[in-house]
This record gives sequence, structure tokens and C-alpha cells, in this order.
Amino acid sequence: MDLLEYKGKRVLARYDVPLFRGKEASTVDDAVAAADEIGYPVVVKAQVKIGGRGKAGGIKIADNSDEAREYATNILGMDIRGHVVGELWLQEATDIDNEYYAAVVFDRSAKAPLVMLSTQGGMDIEQVAAEHPEALAMLHVDPLVGFQPYHARRLTFEAGVDADVVRPVGDLLAKLYEVFSKEEATLIEINPMVVTPERRVVALDAKVTLDNNSLFRHPDNAALDDNSNADPQELMASERGLTYVKLDGDIGIFGNGAGLVMSTLDVVAAAGGAPANFLDAGGGAKAEAIVASVEVILSNPNVKAVLFNVFGGITRCDEVAKGLIEAYGILAPTVPFVVRLDGTNDVEARELLAQADLPNVFPEKTMDGAAARVVELARDHA
Amino acid sequence: MSILVGEDTRLAVSGLTGREGTYHAMNNRRYGTKVVAGVTPGKGGQDVEGVPVFNTFRAAVEATEANTAMIFVPPRFAADSILEAEDAGIATIIAITEGIPAHDELLVFNVLKDNPDVRLIGPNCPGVLSPGKANVGIIPASFFKPGNVGVVSRSGTLTYQIGNELAQEGFGNSTIVGIGGDPVPGSSFVDIIALFEADPETELIVMSGEIGGSAEEEAAEYIAANVSKPVVGYIAGLTAPPGKTMGHAGAIVSGSSGGGQAKIDALEAVGVRVGRTPTQVAEIAMEILGR
Repeated sequence: MDLLEYKGKRVLARYDVPLFRGKEASTVDDAVAAADEIGYPVVVKAQVKIGGRGKAGGIKIADNSDEAREYATNILGMDIRGHVVGELWLQEATDIDNEYYAAVVFDRSAKAPLVMLSTQGGMDIEQVAAEHPEALAMLHVDPLVGFQPYHARRLTFEAGVDADVVRPVGDLLAKLYEVFSKEEATLIEINPMVVTPERRVVALDAKVTLDNNSLFRHPDNAALDDNSNADPQELMASERGLTYVKLDGDIGIFGNGAGLVMSTLDVVAAAGGAPANFLDAGGGAKAEAIVASVEVILSNPNVKAVLFNVFGGITRCDEVAKGLIEAYGILAPTVPFVVRLDGTNDVEARELLAQADLPNVFPEKTMDGAAARVVELARDHA
Repeated sequence: MSILVGEDTRLAVSGLTGREGTYHAMNNRRYGTKVVAGVTPGKGGQDVEGVPVFNTFRAAVEATEANTAMIFVPPRFAADSILEAEDAGIATIIAITEGIPAHDELLVFNVLKDNPDVRLIGPNCPGVLSPGKANVGIIPASFFKPGNVGVVSRSGTLTYQIGNELAQEGFGNSTIVGIGGDPVPGSSFVDIIALFEADPETELIVMSGEIGGSAEEEAAEYIAANVSKPVVGYIAGLTAPPGKTMGHAGAIVSGSSGGGQAKIDALEAVGVRVGRTPTQVAEIAMEILGR
């Protein structure tokens, strides 16, 4: 779960990570009131879960109320690469001496947290790693041992931070690690972490990603989720307990098991088609889940044809067929369906479909054959 | 022979008394797996269809000489149950549970890595099947028969799909291992490929990977240096957009890492033939084994 900047900062604030004063707002009037309260100059920042906000015009510095109003008006509702700005974060603007970078990352390959520190803040860190590897210090922490003072010393000296801020930078790293492990984050990235002219070290920005699977232990964090920018189909699917990812194409996909569904997307693409979604109904899907799936798939207006690709293990193909027949009764789809059911109870499933004799439903025996067929049908239907 | 599970498997099931646990453990027993114990705190002394239940893994191991554990408890209890099984001296732990917190998996991995006598398969996996010998987990055994192809996969249904294509071409399997779709699996492709390389029954290895992480690239390096048997690969998720989790918690392309094409390239660079569809995997296997 990715958090908006201001919500991430709320989590950091619980651990006394140094932050600038700020306030969130979702209307222009609230934004101006917040800016007046903070005092000028003030930074008006778009709250969206995507990088490159500054370049897109989503971050402005206002010197007075009129400017705050102008910028808030412009930025609220702005579309930043598909993310519509629904909230602003207003933050005191200060002079900056240095821009550093700090992060704690869940490194799945090393199976250990990775702590990173660089004096080249404010830039894309992959670019820093490629162009100035010497400016990026990093180390893995044994999660059984935790972040120790020597880790902080190694990172600060190796990165070459200014001597007078070695201590506060190290303290901040230790706090970030504490947040990472206690709040069960998978990413905490502070870019930039700044040094003010008074030599205070402060987290200017914050990108925090929390592990969804741990939210039962962190009810406060579960409440930080927001659906303001969620895709309507993805929202609808999550309400129905389905795993769904919206894609750009026009062929709706239904399958069981993440690997098989990914494979189905690939096979459809290789046949010249473009999938409209990833949908995994999971193991043992019953008729009800199948009706809900069809509902979500068809609610995407781009869908011109649908492919059911099921290999029944725990999932029984006859249940899938029953669900499809039920969905047809309720939703009366106008787009063609290609149905490939293999595995547990596949013979019964094919019999059920033959008896139901649904209009525009085309059974196929193999995955490759089904993909070719659905691509052809989507073209004809376009 | 086979790997990980077989005639010597003596299985203790954590979560045996739950509905799903009972259902799948009894399926495993009907297949011929020796299910010797259940572990449910507070239900020691009871039994499930004749299988005795113990309060702790330690008690279960003492009474039944269980050597394999299947973890079927809900995500919040699963890491603790895995650690308990390890502490009780169980050598093979197979964790089916999906949805274990990532930091719990990190803890488990880092505790177990210092114990050379224990192997964790999963979590979030369908289990391990050695056709004709033993089935631990939820793999539908009826599609598979004994043979010489070892399969290791991050996905359940995709394993069945590929396994079925192989079966239609007349191939059987030494063992089928689901290593699971989570970001921190207990065993990697490398771990399982090493076991297949050492298993005299296995003549060909099929590895089915997917986007996310670098386990396939690490496998490619390992294969180049250590594996004499032919390996056929498959990678799912080539067309998945970056930054989106595709069903499995571990199936995500992040920035420049975890993409499917890079995995295919890494495998092909060391001579592993990679099928572009599950059907192609079976065709390549057939060519290599000469049928």
C-alpha cells in the first residue's frame, strides 16, 4: 500500500522523524487558510502516488495568499500522468544548504533490509547509482540484529555527508529503520532529505509503502489507505474480493491462479491481441465469484471480447460453467466469450455449456487456440 | 527416487483441525502420504479421522517421529508455526498459507538460513507432489504420473497447466515443487534445481518462473556452473505493466528490475531453452527427451 506524502509523514511523525510544519487540504479555501496559518513563503504540493510532480507543475512556492489561491486552484484537479490531484500538502518553505537521499528498502533478493544514503538528493536514485556510484552508500542489515550505530557511521562516512551533520543524519537513518521494521514497511524513501542553513536535517519529502499483509497488526495504518485515485473497475473488484488489474487493451480476461492468468495475458498478446485486464478468481471459485468477475470485466467499456481460461485444480470447471451461465442470465452480455475449460470436471462443464447454448459463447480446447479465437472476435467486434 | 517428499515422509499438519486443513490432509492421506500427526494448540489428545492431534510440534515429533510439516494455519499464525516446526527438529517444512506478512517471512528466512538441516518450501505455494509416492499440499494429483521430469514453479495453476501438457505428451514426473509466489520464498529455484540435479530419477528439469525479483537470473547463473541435466524454462508476465502486483505478492516489475524479458535472456544466454507458451514447454521437453 503506497501512502500519499502527507500520510507517510504522519507515520514518520510517530517516531519523531524531523519534518517541516505542514497541513493537508482538499479545497482551495482550506488550502489558503492552511497557507495563511503556516506563513509565507509556503510550498503547495500535489498529493498523488506518482513521481515527477514538480516537472508536471504540481509543486509551487507561494509568497502570499493570492499566490496560494492561484496555485491551489491550478493544482487541485490537475491530471498528473493519469493521477488526478484530490489533495494538497502545504508546507513551510525554507532555504536549503544540502539535498541528500535516504531510503530503507525491503530487498527481496538479499532477503534483508537495504539502507541507502547519498549526498546527491533530489534526483532519481537509479540515475545516481548509474552515474555516480561513489556518491551512493548502501548496506544490508541483518533483520535479527537490527540497525546499529556502526551502520549509521559507515553510511554517513562512506557517503561523505558534511562532517557537522554526521550525527543527525545517522540519527535520522536509525529512525527510518525503526519505522521500517515496526510499521512493517516495504519502502521508506526520503528524497530529498535536506540540511537547512541552521544545519537541521529534515525529511522534506516522504515515500512510504506498507505491507498490506501486515495491516491486521496496524489498524491505524489500514485507515491511511485511500481510493481517491483508484480505477473504477479496480475499486469494484476489490469490493468483491477479486484480484484485478486494469490494462489498456480490449480483451477481457478471466482465469484462476496468478501464474496462469499472467501466462494468458502473454499468449493473447502474442496472438496479436491486447488484454483489458488481469483477473484472478483464485482457487476454488464458486458461481457467485464468477458472476462478480464477469460484472467487473464487462463494466470496462473498452472490452470487445472476453476470454475464460481455466485450468481446474481445486477450482471445478463445472462450477465455472454454472457461474458463466448464471452471469449470462443476469448481465446479458453483448460481447463474445471464448471459453477454455480444462482440468477437474471439464467434461461436465462442456456438457453444461452445450445444454445452455448461450449466444456468442465459443468453446475452445487449448489455450493457444482460445487466444487466437478471442483476438479474431475482438477485431470483428471493433 | 524423488525429492523432498516420498515413501519416507511422515507428515505432521499444523492446522489439521481446520476445515481446509482436514480436507487437504485427508486428500494427501488417500494418495498414500503417511499423515502421522496434527498440531493444534489446545486440541492435544483429540484426533481427526484417526490422526492424533498434539498441542505442540515437539510433542508430535516425540510421539510420531514426524519428519515433515505442512503449515495450513491462517497468515497471522503461520510464521510462528514454521519456527516451531524447525525448533522441533522437522527437516522439511511445506507452508501453503497465503498472505503472510513480508517482515514475518524475512524473520523466518533469516532464522532458517543458519540451519543446514531444514528446508522450507513456500509459503504461498501449492506444495510438493512425488507422483505415486506422496503428496503434501493441494496439487491435484490425478493429472500426474511417475516419470523423469522434475518441475519447479512459482505458480500453482500454471504448474498444472504445464504438467498436463507434459502428461499429454506422455511424460511423467519425478517430483513437482511449488516454491510459491511470495517475495521471500523459503526455497529458491537454485535450491530445488540442485536437488533435481542430484536426483537420479530426474532426467529433465522444467522451471516455471514469473516476473518480479531475480530468482530466475540467479538460477541461470547456477545452471551454467553446476547443472548437467537439460533445463526447460518458462516465464509468465512478459506483458505485465511495471509497478503493478499481478496476483502473487512477489509478481511485480519494480523500476528496472524484475522484468520478464531479462529473465528469458538470462536463461537463454546459458543455454536454457525457454518456451514462449506452456504448450511450447512441452514441445521442447519432447524434443530433448527424444519422443
